[in-house]
Amino acid sequence: MGLLRPSLPPGDRFGALAEFADPAELYHACEAVRDAGYTKWDAHTPFPIHGLDRAMGLKTSKLPWVVLIMALGGALAGIGLQGWVSTTAYPLVISGKPFFSWPAFVPITFELSILGGALGAVFGMFAMNQLPTLYHPLFGKASFERASDDGFFLSIESWDPKFDPDRTVEMLRQLGAKEVELVSS
Amino acid sequence: MTDHAPSSHSRPAVLLASSLWLPQGHAWRRFPLVGLVLAAVGLGASLAGGLASPAMRSQLWHSWLVGALFALSIGLGGLFFVLVHHSTQSGWGVVVRRIGENAMATLPWMALLFVPLIFGLGDLFPWSHADAVAKDPLLLHKQPYLNVTFFLIRTLVYFAIWTFLALRLGSLSRLQDKTGDHDLTRRMRRMSAPGLILFALSVTFFSFDWVMSLDPHWYSTIFGVYFFAGSVMAFFAFMTLIALGQKELQPRVVNEEHLHDVTKLMFAFLVFWAYMAFSQFMLIWYANLPEETGFFAQRLAGSWRSASIALSLGHFVVPFFFLLPRTIKRSPKASAIAALWLLVMHAIDMYWLVMPSLHVGSITLSWLDVAALVGCAGVFLAAFGASLGRQALVPLRDPRLPESMTFENQ
Repeated sequence: MGLLRPSLPPGDRFGALAEFADPAELYHACEAVRDAGYTKWDAHTPFPIHGLDRAMGLKTSKLPWVVLIMALGGALAGIGLQGWVSTTAYPLVISGKPFFSWPAFVPITFELSILGGALGAVFGMFAMNQLPTLYHPLFGKASFERASDDGFFLSIESWDPKFDPDRTVEMLRQLGAKEVELVSS
Repeated sequence: MTDHAPSSHSRPAVLLASSLWLPQGHAWRRFPLVGLVLAAVGLGASLAGGLASPAMRSQLWHSWLVGALFALSIGLGGLFFVLVHHSTQSGWGVVVRRIGENAMATLPWMALLFVPLIFGLGDLFPWSHADAVAKDPLLLHKQPYLNVTFFLIRTLVYFAIWTFLALRLGSLSRLQDKTGDHDLTRRMRRMSAPGLILFALSVTFFSFDWVMSLDPHWYSTIFGVYFFAGSVMAFFAFMTLIALGQKELQPRVVNEEHLHDVTKLMFAFLVFWAYMAFSQFMLIWYANLPEETGFFAQRLAGSWRSASIALSLGHFVVPFFFLLPRTIKRSPKASAIAALWLLVMHAIDMYWLVMPSLHVGSITLSWLDVAALVGCAGVFLAAFGASLGRQALVPLRDPRLPESMTFENQ
Protein backbone atom coordinates (compact mmCIF):
# COMPACT_ATOMS: atom_id res chain seq x y z
CA MET A 1 0.00 0.00 0.00
CA GLY A 2 1.46 3.28 -0.99
CA LEU A 3 0.49 6.77 -0.13
CA LEU A 4 0.32 7.75 -3.76
CA ARG A 5 -1.16 4.69 -5.42
CA PRO A 6 -3.67 2.16 -4.19
CA SER A 7 -2.40 -1.39 -3.89
CA LEU A 8 -3.76 -3.10 -6.98
CA PRO A 9 -3.20 -6.60 -8.34
CA PRO A 10 -0.57 -6.76 -11.10
CA GLY A 11 -1.57 -6.27 -14.71
CA ASP A 12 -1.75 -3.35 -17.08
CA ARG A 13 -5.53 -3.11 -17.22
CA PHE A 14 -7.55 -1.61 -14.38
CA GLY A 15 -11.00 -2.36 -15.75
CA ALA A 16 -14.00 -0.82 -17.45
CA LEU A 17 -15.58 2.54 -16.73
CA ALA A 18 -19.15 3.36 -17.76
CA GLU A 19 -20.96 6.67 -17.51
CA PHE A 20 -24.70 6.92 -16.99
CA ALA A 21 -26.99 9.83 -17.66
CA ASP A 22 -28.75 10.06 -14.32
CA PRO A 23 -28.96 8.47 -10.86
CA ALA A 24 -31.90 6.25 -11.78
CA GLU A 25 -30.04 4.63 -14.67
CA LEU A 26 -26.95 4.11 -12.57
CA TYR A 27 -29.13 2.64 -9.83
CA HIS A 28 -30.69 0.08 -12.14
CA ALA A 29 -27.33 -0.68 -13.75
CA CYS A 30 -25.94 -1.41 -10.28
CA GLU A 31 -28.79 -3.83 -9.62
CA ALA A 32 -28.02 -5.60 -12.92
CA VAL A 33 -24.25 -5.77 -12.29
CA ARG A 34 -24.94 -7.12 -8.80
CA ASP A 35 -27.31 -9.74 -10.20
CA ALA A 36 -24.79 -10.69 -12.89
CA GLY A 37 -22.52 -11.82 -10.05
CA TYR A 38 -19.73 -9.25 -10.21
CA THR A 39 -17.96 -8.67 -6.90
CA LYS A 40 -15.08 -6.26 -7.60
CA TRP A 41 -16.69 -3.08 -8.80
CA ASP A 42 -17.80 0.32 -7.57
CA ALA A 43 -20.13 3.20 -8.27
CA HIS A 44 -19.04 6.86 -8.26
CA THR A 45 -21.56 9.67 -7.77
CA PRO A 46 -21.34 13.36 -6.89
CA PHE A 47 -23.78 12.94 -3.98
CA PRO A 48 -25.04 10.03 -1.86
CA ILE A 49 -27.85 8.08 -3.51
CA HIS A 50 -30.17 6.55 -0.96
CA GLY A 51 -30.52 2.82 -1.34
CA LEU A 52 -27.51 2.46 -3.66
CA ASP A 53 -25.79 0.25 -1.09
CA ARG A 54 -28.69 -2.19 -1.43
CA ALA A 55 -28.68 -1.96 -5.21
CA MET A 56 -24.97 -2.75 -5.17
CA GLY A 57 -25.49 -5.63 -2.75
CA LEU A 58 -23.00 -4.18 -0.29
CA LYS A 59 -22.68 -5.96 3.02
CA THR A 60 -22.89 -4.05 6.30
CA SER A 61 -19.62 -2.31 7.08
CA LYS A 62 -17.31 -3.78 9.70
CA LEU A 63 -16.41 -0.29 10.85
CA PRO A 64 -18.85 -0.36 13.84
CA TRP A 65 -16.84 -3.22 15.33
CA VAL A 66 -13.65 -1.18 15.08
CA VAL A 67 -15.44 1.72 16.77
CA LEU A 68 -16.81 -0.53 19.52
CA ILE A 69 -13.44 -2.09 20.30
CA MET A 70 -11.66 1.26 20.27
CA ALA A 71 -14.37 2.79 22.49
CA LEU A 72 -14.15 -0.06 25.00
CA GLY A 73 -10.35 0.24 24.87
CA GLY A 74 -10.63 3.95 25.62
CA ALA A 75 -12.97 3.25 28.53
CA LEU A 76 -10.61 0.62 29.90
CA ALA A 77 -7.65 2.98 29.59
CA GLY A 78 -9.60 5.73 31.36
CA ILE A 79 -10.73 3.66 34.33
CA GLY A 80 -7.42 1.77 34.47
CA LEU A 81 -5.21 4.85 34.46
CA GLN A 82 -7.22 6.69 37.09
CA GLY A 83 -7.62 3.58 39.23
CA TRP A 84 -3.92 2.79 39.09
CA VAL A 85 -2.84 6.34 39.85
CA SER A 86 -5.31 6.73 42.72
CA THR A 87 -4.67 3.40 44.41
CA THR A 88 -1.09 2.43 43.59
CA ALA A 89 1.07 5.09 42.01
CA TYR A 90 0.07 8.14 44.01
CA PRO A 91 -2.75 7.49 46.46
CA LEU A 92 -4.23 10.68 47.87
CA VAL A 93 -7.14 11.14 50.24
CA ILE A 94 -9.52 13.53 48.49
CA SER A 95 -12.43 14.88 50.54
CA GLY A 96 -12.41 11.77 52.67
CA LYS A 97 -13.44 9.47 49.85
CA PRO A 98 -12.03 6.00 49.17
CA PHE A 99 -8.97 5.78 46.92
CA PHE A 100 -10.91 3.93 44.27
CA SER A 101 -13.84 6.36 43.98
CA TRP A 102 -15.25 5.15 40.69
CA PRO A 103 -17.96 7.81 40.25
CA ALA A 104 -15.24 10.43 40.04
CA PHE A 105 -13.56 8.45 37.26
CA VAL A 106 -16.64 8.21 35.06
CA PRO A 107 -16.37 11.55 33.22
CA ILE A 108 -12.81 10.89 32.05
CA THR A 109 -13.61 7.25 31.28
CA PHE A 110 -16.57 8.43 29.23
CA GLU A 111 -14.51 11.03 27.37
CA LEU A 112 -11.75 8.55 26.59
CA SER A 113 -14.25 6.04 25.24
CA ILE A 114 -15.65 8.76 22.97
CA LEU A 115 -12.11 9.66 21.90
CA GLY A 116 -11.29 6.01 21.20
CA GLY A 117 -14.52 5.53 19.25
CA ALA A 118 -13.99 8.68 17.21
CA LEU A 119 -10.38 7.84 16.37
CA GLY A 120 -11.48 4.30 15.49
CA ALA A 121 -14.21 5.64 13.20
CA VAL A 122 -11.94 8.08 11.33
CA PHE A 123 -8.79 6.01 11.00
CA GLY A 124 -10.68 2.74 10.60
CA MET A 125 -12.53 4.33 7.71
CA PHE A 126 -9.24 5.55 6.24
CA ALA A 127 -7.70 2.09 6.50
CA MET A 128 -10.71 0.29 5.03
CA ASN A 129 -10.82 2.71 2.10
CA GLN A 130 -7.04 2.60 1.61
CA LEU A 131 -6.88 6.32 2.22
CA PRO A 132 -5.08 8.58 1.71
CA THR A 133 -4.62 7.64 -1.92
CA LEU A 134 -3.50 10.51 -4.06
CA TYR A 135 -3.65 8.67 -7.36
CA HIS A 136 -6.04 6.12 -8.80
CA PRO A 137 -6.09 4.65 -12.32
CA LEU A 138 -9.59 6.04 -12.88
CA PHE A 139 -8.16 9.56 -12.56
CA GLY A 140 -6.48 8.94 -15.93
CA LYS A 141 -9.83 9.48 -17.64
CA ALA A 142 -10.56 13.17 -18.01
CA SER A 143 -14.33 12.59 -17.96
CA PHE A 144 -14.05 10.97 -14.51
CA GLU A 145 -13.58 14.40 -12.94
CA ARG A 146 -17.31 14.84 -13.39
CA ALA A 147 -17.94 12.15 -10.74
CA SER A 148 -17.66 15.06 -8.32
CA ASP A 149 -19.92 17.30 -10.39
CA ASP A 150 -22.65 15.78 -12.54
CA GLY A 151 -21.37 12.40 -13.73
CA PHE A 152 -22.66 9.00 -12.59
CA PHE A 153 -20.06 6.28 -13.08
CA LEU A 154 -19.76 2.56 -12.62
CA SER A 155 -16.37 0.83 -12.74
CA ILE A 156 -15.71 -2.91 -12.90
CA GLU A 157 -12.21 -4.06 -12.05
CA SER A 158 -10.34 -6.40 -14.39
CA TRP A 159 -9.47 -8.90 -11.64
CA ASP A 160 -13.12 -9.64 -11.01
CA PRO A 161 -13.53 -13.36 -11.88
CA LYS A 162 -16.41 -12.53 -14.22
CA PHE A 163 -14.56 -9.73 -16.02
CA ASP A 164 -14.11 -10.15 -19.75
CA PRO A 165 -13.01 -7.11 -21.80
CA ASP A 166 -15.59 -7.62 -24.55
CA ARG A 167 -18.56 -9.06 -22.72
CA THR A 168 -18.36 -6.72 -19.71
CA VAL A 169 -18.21 -3.66 -21.95
CA GLU A 170 -21.09 -5.02 -24.00
CA MET A 171 -23.17 -5.62 -20.87
CA LEU A 172 -22.55 -2.08 -19.64
CA ARG A 173 -23.61 -0.70 -23.04
CA GLN A 174 -26.81 -2.71 -22.90
CA LEU A 175 -27.51 -1.37 -19.43
CA GLY A 176 -27.82 2.06 -21.00
CA ALA A 177 -24.38 3.55 -20.40
CA LYS A 178 -23.73 6.73 -22.36
CA GLU A 179 -20.12 5.81 -22.74
CA VAL A 180 -18.01 2.76 -21.84
CA GLU A 181 -14.24 2.62 -21.98
CA LEU A 182 -11.42 0.39 -20.79
CA VAL A 183 -9.02 1.93 -18.28
CA SER A 184 -5.35 1.00 -18.06
CA SER A 185 -3.71 0.90 -14.65
CA MET B 1 -40.84 12.87 -3.96
CA THR B 2 -37.08 12.92 -4.06
CA ASP B 3 -35.68 13.07 -7.55
CA HIS B 4 -32.89 10.59 -6.94
CA ALA B 5 -34.36 7.74 -4.97
CA PRO B 6 -35.62 5.23 -7.44
CA SER B 7 -35.36 2.26 -5.09
CA SER B 8 -37.99 -0.27 -5.94
CA HIS B 9 -39.48 -1.02 -2.54
CA SER B 10 -40.06 2.59 -1.60
CA ARG B 11 -41.45 4.04 -4.78
CA PRO B 12 -44.29 6.37 -3.80
CA ALA B 13 -47.55 4.67 -4.51
CA VAL B 14 -50.96 6.08 -5.18
CA LEU B 15 -52.84 5.55 -1.95
CA LEU B 16 -56.49 6.00 -1.19
CA ALA B 17 -56.99 8.44 1.66
CA SER B 18 -59.47 6.03 3.20
CA SER B 19 -56.76 3.38 3.52
CA LEU B 20 -54.81 5.77 5.73
CA TRP B 21 -57.43 5.66 8.47
CA LEU B 22 -57.66 3.08 11.19
CA PRO B 23 -59.94 0.43 9.65
CA GLN B 24 -63.38 -0.10 11.15
CA GLY B 25 -63.34 -3.07 13.46
CA HIS B 26 -59.57 -2.89 14.01
CA ALA B 27 -58.46 -3.94 17.49
CA TRP B 28 -57.15 -0.42 18.19
CA ARG B 29 -60.71 0.90 17.79
CA ARG B 30 -61.34 -0.73 21.14
CA PHE B 31 -58.63 1.34 22.92
CA PRO B 32 -61.16 3.85 24.31
CA LEU B 33 -63.40 1.12 25.71
CA VAL B 34 -60.53 -0.98 27.10
CA GLY B 35 -58.92 2.16 28.52
CA LEU B 36 -62.11 3.27 30.22
CA VAL B 37 -62.65 -0.15 31.75
CA LEU B 38 -59.04 -0.21 33.03
CA ALA B 39 -59.43 3.33 34.35
CA ALA B 40 -62.73 2.57 36.08
CA VAL B 41 -61.47 -0.64 37.64
CA GLY B 42 -57.98 0.60 38.52
CA LEU B 43 -58.86 4.05 39.80
CA GLY B 44 -62.14 2.90 41.36
CA ALA B 45 -60.43 0.15 43.29
CA SER B 46 -57.65 2.55 44.30
CA LEU B 47 -60.10 5.10 45.67
CA ALA B 48 -62.21 2.46 47.39
CA GLY B 49 -59.19 0.74 48.94
CA GLY B 50 -57.23 3.89 49.72
CA LEU B 51 -60.00 5.89 51.31
CA ALA B 52 -61.36 2.94 53.30
CA SER B 53 -58.83 3.34 56.08
CA PRO B 54 -56.84 6.43 57.08
CA ALA B 55 -53.69 4.31 57.13
CA MET B 56 -54.00 3.64 53.40
CA ARG B 57 -54.68 7.24 52.38
CA SER B 58 -51.09 8.31 52.10
CA GLN B 59 -50.26 5.18 50.12
CA LEU B 60 -53.15 5.92 47.77
CA TRP B 61 -51.97 9.40 46.88
CA HIS B 62 -48.36 8.36 46.43
CA SER B 63 -49.35 5.44 44.21
CA TRP B 64 -51.74 7.69 42.30
CA LEU B 65 -48.98 10.25 41.74
CA VAL B 66 -46.68 7.54 40.33
CA GLY B 67 -49.40 6.42 37.90
CA ALA B 68 -50.35 9.96 36.92
CA LEU B 69 -46.71 10.92 36.29
CA PHE B 70 -46.22 7.82 34.16
CA ALA B 71 -49.26 8.54 31.98
CA LEU B 72 -48.64 12.28 31.76
CA SER B 73 -44.99 11.87 30.82
CA ILE B 74 -45.84 9.91 27.67
CA GLY B 75 -48.24 12.64 26.59
CA LEU B 76 -45.58 15.27 27.26
CA GLY B 77 -43.09 13.29 25.20
CA GLY B 78 -45.62 13.28 22.35
CA LEU B 79 -46.00 17.05 22.55
CA PHE B 80 -42.22 17.44 22.55
CA PHE B 81 -41.87 15.26 19.45
CA VAL B 82 -44.47 17.27 17.53
CA LEU B 83 -42.88 20.61 18.57
CA VAL B 84 -39.41 19.47 17.51
CA HIS B 85 -40.78 17.93 14.33
CA HIS B 86 -42.30 21.25 13.23
CA SER B 87 -39.40 23.40 14.43
CA THR B 88 -36.83 21.41 12.50
CA GLN B 89 -39.04 21.04 9.41
CA SER B 90 -38.55 17.31 9.69
CA GLY B 91 -39.25 15.30 6.57
CA TRP B 92 -38.65 11.74 7.67
CA GLY B 93 -41.15 11.69 10.50
CA VAL B 94 -44.35 12.87 8.83
CA VAL B 95 -45.76 9.34 8.62
CA VAL B 96 -45.34 8.82 12.37
CA ARG B 97 -46.16 12.37 13.48
CA ARG B 98 -49.76 11.46 14.25
CA ILE B 99 -48.52 9.13 16.99
CA GLY B 100 -47.11 12.20 18.72
CA GLU B 101 -50.25 14.18 17.97
CA ASN B 102 -52.49 11.47 19.40
CA ALA B 103 -50.29 11.17 22.47
CA MET B 104 -50.34 14.93 23.10
CA ALA B 105 -54.13 14.92 22.67
CA THR B 106 -54.24 13.04 25.99
CA LEU B 107 -52.79 16.02 27.88
CA PRO B 108 -56.12 17.78 28.66
CA TRP B 109 -57.40 14.48 30.07
CA MET B 110 -54.25 14.04 32.10
CA ALA B 111 -55.29 17.15 34.03
CA LEU B 112 -58.22 15.09 35.34
CA LEU B 113 -55.75 12.65 36.90
CA PHE B 114 -54.24 15.49 38.91
CA VAL B 115 -57.57 16.84 40.22
CA PRO B 116 -58.05 14.13 42.87
CA LEU B 117 -54.47 14.71 43.99
CA ILE B 118 -55.51 18.14 45.24
CA PHE B 119 -57.16 16.27 48.13
CA GLY B 120 -53.91 14.44 48.72
CA LEU B 121 -51.63 17.46 48.92
CA GLY B 122 -51.52 17.19 52.68
CA ASP B 123 -50.38 13.56 52.53
CA LEU B 124 -47.88 14.18 49.73
CA PHE B 125 -46.18 17.48 50.51
CA PRO B 126 -44.75 18.35 53.93
CA TRP B 127 -44.69 22.04 52.99
CA SER B 128 -48.48 22.12 52.77
CA HIS B 129 -48.81 21.95 56.59
CA ALA B 130 -48.68 25.40 58.18
CA ASP B 131 -47.43 24.01 61.53
CA ALA B 132 -44.59 22.09 59.91
CA VAL B 133 -43.57 25.15 57.92
CA ALA B 134 -43.59 27.37 61.00
CA LYS B 135 -41.09 25.07 62.75
CA ASP B 136 -38.76 24.75 59.78
CA PRO B 137 -36.67 27.77 58.76
CA LEU B 138 -35.94 26.31 55.31
CA LEU B 139 -39.60 25.75 54.54
CA LEU B 140 -40.40 29.17 55.92
CA HIS B 141 -37.87 30.61 53.53
CA LYS B 142 -39.40 28.75 50.60
CA GLN B 143 -42.98 29.57 51.58
CA PRO B 144 -43.49 32.39 49.06
CA TYR B 145 -43.05 29.76 46.35
CA LEU B 146 -44.12 26.54 48.05
CA ASN B 147 -47.64 27.29 49.28
CA VAL B 148 -50.86 25.60 48.28
CA THR B 149 -52.47 28.54 46.46
CA PHE B 150 -49.48 29.36 44.28
CA PHE B 151 -48.85 25.64 43.73
CA LEU B 152 -52.35 25.13 42.34
CA ILE B 153 -52.13 28.24 40.19
CA ARG B 154 -48.84 27.02 38.71
CA THR B 155 -50.27 23.57 38.04
CA LEU B 156 -53.19 25.20 36.27
CA VAL B 157 -50.77 27.25 34.14
CA TYR B 158 -48.74 24.16 33.16
CA PHE B 159 -51.81 22.28 32.03
CA ALA B 160 -53.15 25.36 30.28
CA ILE B 161 -49.91 25.65 28.27
CA TRP B 162 -49.88 21.96 27.36
CA THR B 163 -53.58 21.89 26.51
CA PHE B 164 -53.31 25.00 24.37
CA LEU B 165 -50.30 23.72 22.41
CA ALA B 166 -51.75 20.25 21.98
CA LEU B 167 -55.23 21.34 20.89
CA ARG B 168 -53.97 24.12 18.60
CA LEU B 169 -51.32 22.02 16.82
CA GLY B 170 -53.73 19.11 16.61
CA SER B 171 -56.52 21.13 15.05
CA LEU B 172 -54.19 22.86 12.56
CA SER B 173 -52.92 19.44 11.50
CA ARG B 174 -56.46 18.14 11.01
CA LEU B 175 -57.39 21.30 9.14
CA GLN B 176 -54.58 20.59 6.70
CA ASP B 177 -56.08 17.13 6.07
CA LYS B 178 -59.17 18.94 4.76
CA THR B 179 -57.71 21.94 2.95
CA GLY B 180 -54.20 20.82 1.98
CA ASP B 181 -53.06 24.38 2.63
CA HIS B 182 -49.24 24.52 2.75
CA ASP B 183 -49.35 27.68 4.81
CA LEU B 184 -50.63 25.62 7.74
CA THR B 185 -47.24 23.87 7.85
CA ARG B 186 -45.61 27.28 8.27
CA ARG B 187 -48.12 28.29 10.93
CA MET B 188 -47.44 25.12 12.92
CA ARG B 189 -43.72 25.78 12.64
CA ARG B 190 -44.04 29.38 13.78
CA MET B 191 -45.93 28.17 16.81
CA SER B 192 -43.51 25.42 17.70
CA ALA B 193 -40.36 27.42 18.42
CA PRO B 194 -41.93 29.56 21.17
CA GLY B 195 -43.89 26.43 22.08
CA LEU B 196 -40.64 24.62 22.85
CA ILE B 197 -39.55 27.38 25.23
CA LEU B 198 -42.89 27.23 27.04
CA PHE B 199 -42.66 23.45 27.08
CA ALA B 200 -39.16 23.43 28.57
CA LEU B 201 -40.08 25.89 31.32
CA SER B 202 -43.40 24.29 32.17
CA VAL B 203 -42.04 20.73 32.33
CA THR B 204 -39.07 21.83 34.44
CA PHE B 205 -41.22 23.66 36.97
CA PHE B 206 -43.86 20.95 36.92
CA SER B 207 -41.26 18.39 37.95
CA PHE B 208 -39.88 20.76 40.62
CA ASP B 209 -43.37 21.23 42.01
CA TRP B 210 -44.88 17.77 41.80
CA VAL B 211 -41.84 15.55 42.30
CA MET B 212 -38.89 17.45 43.74
CA SER B 213 -40.95 19.19 46.43
CA LEU B 214 -42.00 15.81 47.87
CA ASP B 215 -38.73 16.30 49.75
CA PRO B 216 -38.87 20.08 50.17
CA HIS B 217 -35.41 20.42 51.69
CA TRP B 218 -33.76 18.93 48.68
CA TYR B 219 -33.05 20.69 45.43
CA SER B 220 -31.31 19.82 42.20
CA THR B 221 -31.30 22.23 39.29
CA ILE B 222 -30.86 19.39 36.79
CA PHE B 223 -33.97 17.62 38.02
CA GLY B 224 -36.26 19.02 35.32
CA VAL B 225 -34.01 17.69 32.58
CA TYR B 226 -33.87 14.31 34.31
CA PHE B 227 -37.67 14.08 34.32
CA PHE B 228 -37.84 15.34 30.74
CA ALA B 229 -35.26 12.83 29.46
CA GLY B 230 -37.08 9.86 31.00
CA SER B 231 -40.44 11.11 29.72
CA VAL B 232 -39.28 11.51 26.15
CA MET B 233 -37.63 8.10 26.23
CA ALA B 234 -40.90 6.58 27.46
CA PHE B 235 -42.75 8.33 24.65
CA PHE B 236 -40.37 6.95 22.02
CA ALA B 237 -40.82 3.48 23.51
CA PHE B 238 -44.58 3.93 23.20
CA MET B 239 -44.13 5.34 19.69
CA THR B 240 -42.09 2.26 18.71
CA LEU B 241 -44.99 0.00 19.67
CA ILE B 242 -47.59 2.05 17.80
CA ALA B 243 -45.32 2.50 14.76
CA LEU B 244 -44.90 -1.28 14.60
CA GLY B 245 -48.69 -1.64 14.47
CA GLN B 246 -48.89 1.07 11.83
CA LYS B 247 -46.22 -0.74 9.81
CA GLU B 248 -48.39 -3.87 9.82
CA LEU B 249 -51.43 -1.84 8.79
CA GLN B 250 -49.77 0.36 6.17
CA PRO B 251 -46.65 -1.41 4.92
CA ARG B 252 -46.38 1.00 1.99
CA VAL B 253 -46.37 4.03 4.28
CA VAL B 254 -44.39 3.03 7.37
CA ASN B 255 -41.42 0.71 6.94
CA GLU B 256 -38.31 -0.35 8.82
CA GLU B 257 -36.57 2.91 7.89
CA HIS B 258 -39.04 4.82 10.05
CA LEU B 259 -38.86 2.16 12.75
CA HIS B 260 -35.08 2.53 12.71
CA ASP B 261 -35.29 6.27 13.32
CA VAL B 262 -37.83 5.93 16.12
CA THR B 263 -35.75 3.28 17.89
CA LYS B 264 -32.63 5.41 17.38
CA LEU B 265 -34.39 8.25 19.18
CA MET B 266 -35.50 5.89 21.93
CA PHE B 267 -31.89 4.77 22.27
CA ALA B 268 -30.64 8.37 22.26
CA PHE B 269 -32.99 9.38 25.05
CA LEU B 270 -32.18 6.36 27.18
CA VAL B 271 -28.53 7.44 26.96
CA PHE B 272 -29.54 11.04 27.65
CA TRP B 273 -31.50 9.90 30.69
CA ALA B 274 -28.45 8.05 31.99
CA TYR B 275 -26.26 11.09 31.32
CA MET B 276 -28.60 13.31 33.34
CA ALA B 277 -29.09 10.73 36.10
CA PHE B 278 -25.37 10.29 36.54
CA SER B 279 -24.61 14.01 36.28
CA GLN B 280 -27.11 14.65 39.05
CA PHE B 281 -25.72 11.85 41.18
CA MET B 282 -22.04 12.54 40.69
CA LEU B 283 -22.11 16.24 41.49
CA ILE B 284 -24.10 15.64 44.66
CA TRP B 285 -21.90 12.71 45.67
CA TYR B 286 -18.70 14.67 45.00
CA ALA B 287 -19.67 17.90 46.75
CA ASN B 288 -21.25 15.96 49.63
CA LEU B 289 -23.26 18.92 50.90
CA PRO B 290 -25.82 17.90 53.52
CA GLU B 291 -28.71 19.83 51.95
CA GLU B 292 -28.21 17.99 48.66
CA THR B 293 -27.30 14.46 49.72
CA GLY B 294 -30.60 13.63 51.42
CA PHE B 295 -32.23 12.50 48.20
CA PHE B 296 -29.55 9.94 47.41
CA ALA B 297 -28.95 8.96 51.03
CA GLN B 298 -32.60 7.86 51.12
CA ARG B 299 -32.26 5.95 47.87
CA LEU B 300 -29.00 4.24 48.74
CA ALA B 301 -30.21 2.97 52.12
CA GLY B 302 -31.86 -0.37 52.83
CA SER B 303 -33.66 -2.09 49.99
CA TRP B 304 -33.84 1.19 48.05
CA ARG B 305 -30.15 0.66 47.32
CA SER B 306 -30.93 -2.46 45.27
CA ALA B 307 -33.71 -0.53 43.49
CA SER B 308 -31.21 2.20 42.54
CA ILE B 309 -28.71 -0.35 41.23
CA ALA B 310 -31.44 -2.25 39.37
CA LEU B 311 -32.61 1.00 37.80
CA SER B 312 -29.17 1.98 36.54
CA LEU B 313 -28.70 -1.49 35.05
CA GLY B 314 -32.22 -1.95 33.70
CA HIS B 315 -32.81 1.62 32.56
CA PHE B 316 -29.37 2.06 31.01
CA VAL B 317 -26.68 -0.65 30.87
CA VAL B 318 -28.74 -3.61 29.64
CA PRO B 319 -30.93 -1.77 27.07
CA PHE B 320 -27.87 0.24 25.93
CA PHE B 321 -25.94 -2.84 24.84
CA PHE B 322 -29.10 -4.57 23.61
CA LEU B 323 -30.11 -1.68 21.36
CA LEU B 324 -26.58 -0.90 20.13
CA PRO B 325 -26.57 -3.04 16.94
CA ARG B 326 -28.33 -1.69 13.90
CA THR B 327 -30.09 -5.01 13.22
CA ILE B 328 -31.82 -4.86 16.62
CA LYS B 329 -33.09 -1.34 15.99
CA ARG B 330 -34.57 -2.45 12.66
CA SER B 331 -36.09 -5.70 13.93
CA PRO B 332 -39.80 -5.45 14.80
CA LYS B 333 -39.66 -8.16 17.45
CA ALA B 334 -36.47 -7.00 19.18
CA SER B 335 -37.49 -3.34 19.16
CA ALA B 336 -40.91 -4.24 20.60
CA ILE B 337 -39.24 -6.14 23.44
CA ALA B 338 -36.92 -3.19 24.12
CA ALA B 339 -39.81 -0.72 24.04
CA LEU B 340 -41.93 -2.73 26.49
CA TRP B 341 -38.93 -3.17 28.75
CA LEU B 342 -38.20 0.55 28.75
CA LEU B 343 -41.83 1.44 29.52
CA VAL B 344 -41.65 -0.83 32.57
CA MET B 345 -38.35 0.80 33.54
CA HIS B 346 -39.89 4.24 33.20
CA ALA B 347 -42.71 3.22 35.56
CA ILE B 348 -40.08 1.96 38.03
CA ASP B 349 -38.20 5.25 37.62
CA MET B 350 -41.35 7.21 38.56
CA TYR B 351 -41.84 4.87 41.54
CA TRP B 352 -38.21 5.41 42.55
CA LEU B 353 -38.69 9.18 42.42
CA VAL B 354 -41.86 9.31 44.50
CA MET B 355 -41.99 6.38 46.92
CA PRO B 356 -38.89 6.80 49.08
CA SER B 357 -40.64 9.84 50.57
CA LEU B 358 -43.38 7.56 51.89
CA HIS B 359 -41.52 4.33 52.64
CA VAL B 360 -38.29 5.60 54.13
CA GLY B 361 -35.62 2.95 54.37
CA SER B 362 -37.21 0.04 52.58
CA ILE B 363 -39.36 -0.71 49.58
CA THR B 364 -42.91 -1.60 50.55
CA LEU B 365 -45.02 -2.69 47.65
CA SER B 366 -48.76 -2.21 47.80
CA TRP B 367 -51.54 -3.44 45.57
CA LEU B 368 -52.50 0.23 45.21
CA ASP B 369 -49.28 0.79 43.23
CA VAL B 370 -50.50 -1.60 40.55
CA ALA B 371 -54.15 -0.50 40.62
CA ALA B 372 -53.33 3.21 40.32
CA LEU B 373 -50.78 2.63 37.56
CA VAL B 374 -53.21 0.50 35.56
CA GLY B 375 -55.98 3.04 36.09
CA CYS B 376 -53.89 6.03 34.99
CA ALA B 377 -52.53 4.12 32.00
CA GLY B 378 -56.15 3.29 31.17
CA VAL B 379 -57.08 6.99 31.07
CA PHE B 380 -54.13 7.59 28.77
CA LEU B 381 -55.09 4.68 26.53
CA ALA B 382 -58.72 5.81 26.30
CA ALA B 383 -57.77 9.39 25.38
CA PHE B 384 -55.11 8.19 22.94
CA GLY B 385 -57.55 5.75 21.32
CA ALA B 386 -60.25 8.41 20.99
CA SER B 387 -57.84 10.70 19.18
CA LEU B 388 -56.54 7.81 17.05
CA GLY B 389 -60.00 7.01 15.77
CA ARG B 390 -61.10 10.49 14.81
CA GLN B 391 -58.29 11.34 12.38
CA ALA B 392 -56.25 9.55 9.72
CA LEU B 393 -53.15 7.69 10.91
CA VAL B 394 -50.92 10.02 8.88
CA PRO B 395 -51.29 13.74 8.01
CA LEU B 396 -53.00 13.17 4.67
CA ARG B 397 -52.01 16.35 2.87
CA ASP B 398 -48.80 17.37 4.56
CA PRO B 399 -46.47 18.64 1.82
CA ARG B 400 -43.68 16.42 3.12
CA LEU B 401 -45.70 13.19 3.24
CA PRO B 402 -44.21 11.79 -0.01
CA GLU B 403 -40.71 12.67 1.18
CA SER B 404 -41.38 10.84 4.42
CA MET B 405 -42.72 7.77 2.64
CA THR B 406 -39.59 7.40 0.51
CA PHE B 407 -37.21 8.21 3.35
CA GLU B 408 -34.18 5.95 3.79
CA ASN B 409 -31.42 5.79 6.36
CA GLN B 410 -27.98 5.85 4.90
